[in-house]
Amino acid sequence: MSANCDELEVSAWRGDRLSGHFEVFHVPANDSQTILDVVSWIQQNLDATLSYRYACRVGMCGSCAMMVNGVPRWTCRTHVKKVMNGNKLEVAPLRNLPVIKDLATDMDPFFDKWITAEGLHHPTKTRDEPIETINPDSTMRAEANAGIECINCSVCYSACDTVADNVDYLGPAALQRAWTLFNDAKDSSQNAILEAVSGANGCHNCHSQGSCTVFCPNELNPMKAIAGLKKATAKSFFKKRV
Amino acid sequence: MLGVRLYMLQRLTALIMAPLTLGHIVVMIYAIQGGLSTAEILSRTQGSIWWLLFYGSFVVAVSLHAAIGLRVIVHEMLGLKRLALNVFTLVISLLLLFMGARAVLAVTLS
Repeated sequence: MSANCDELEVSAWRGDRLSGHFEVFHVPANDSQTILDVVSWIQQNLDATLSYRYACRVGMCGSCAMMVNGVPRWTCRTHVKKVMNGNKLEVAPLRNLPVIKDLATDMDPFFDKWITAEGLHHPTKTRDEPIETINPDSTMRAEANAGIECINCSVCYSACDTVADNVDYLGPAALQRAWTLFNDAKDSSQNAILEAVSGANGCHNCHSQGSCTVFCPNELNPMKAIAGLKKATAKSFFKKRV
Repeated sequence: MLGVRLYMLQRLTALIMAPLTLGHIVVMIYAIQGGLSTAEILSRTQGSIWWLLFYGSFVVAVSLHAAIGLRVIVHEMLGLKRLALNVFTLVISLLLLFMGARAVLAVTLS
């Protein structure tokens, strides 16, 4: 099939990480077309066995991230015309994660690391007590707010070269969540968080290359959050020894 | 494979190395201005406890700092882990310490 300006030549990954390959599909080009629209069109019109993951389609759920022309992106909010290479598109599963099939990755390692980094709520009060009053102008609240819009899409994790070279490294998303909770007045376990991110695969492995911050679709700054954790753990290191 | 202890050790040794490196450069520039000979330099360094402490502390800091840096590179590039990585770090550190101490003692012992 010949390619023309009304048609996209889409290479989509098929199979698993090791034995998979790219398969070329020709998809009609439309205005305001997103990468997820393209993948869905292939699945609905050309090959019903193409596996991929999505849910909300509006950039809220963090389910649909994929590698698009070699770059991790949220596909539901990425317009084809902004990332097209000529009339070609290459769509692949996210880097740094196991592939289940085709474009769907196994997110378990990503979420397991959130738990390892103590990226879970440690309440300060019971449900019977009154809700804590939060000062929105406090410095710590501002730090917590800076990372609170993370949608767990794993784009930063996929972009991180340190994760690529050290599969056990906790990664930017889990560390940013840890920093958010560390600064949250409603979280009771600051020491547990610092302990969790100070291990052999914790925040000190970050080289501050900044890919996480460059590619975060919500324009968050995980690199700054990790720098905050490094500073907090350094302070804690001296306190323990004084 | 870099926990908070090794991270802090590398940062603290960097803090030690920075002024010592500047001091070394200043001394080198001073030494070549007047065309000091090797014998003249050695006559000033040999038997000097201050030069022993100056370069000795630099060697100790370097042997720790560089070994930790190489540990990270070797882990990420070659995949060395756990015991092998710890042994590698220790061997590099001791090797640098031995080589550096040998050089420092050669120019400071009378």
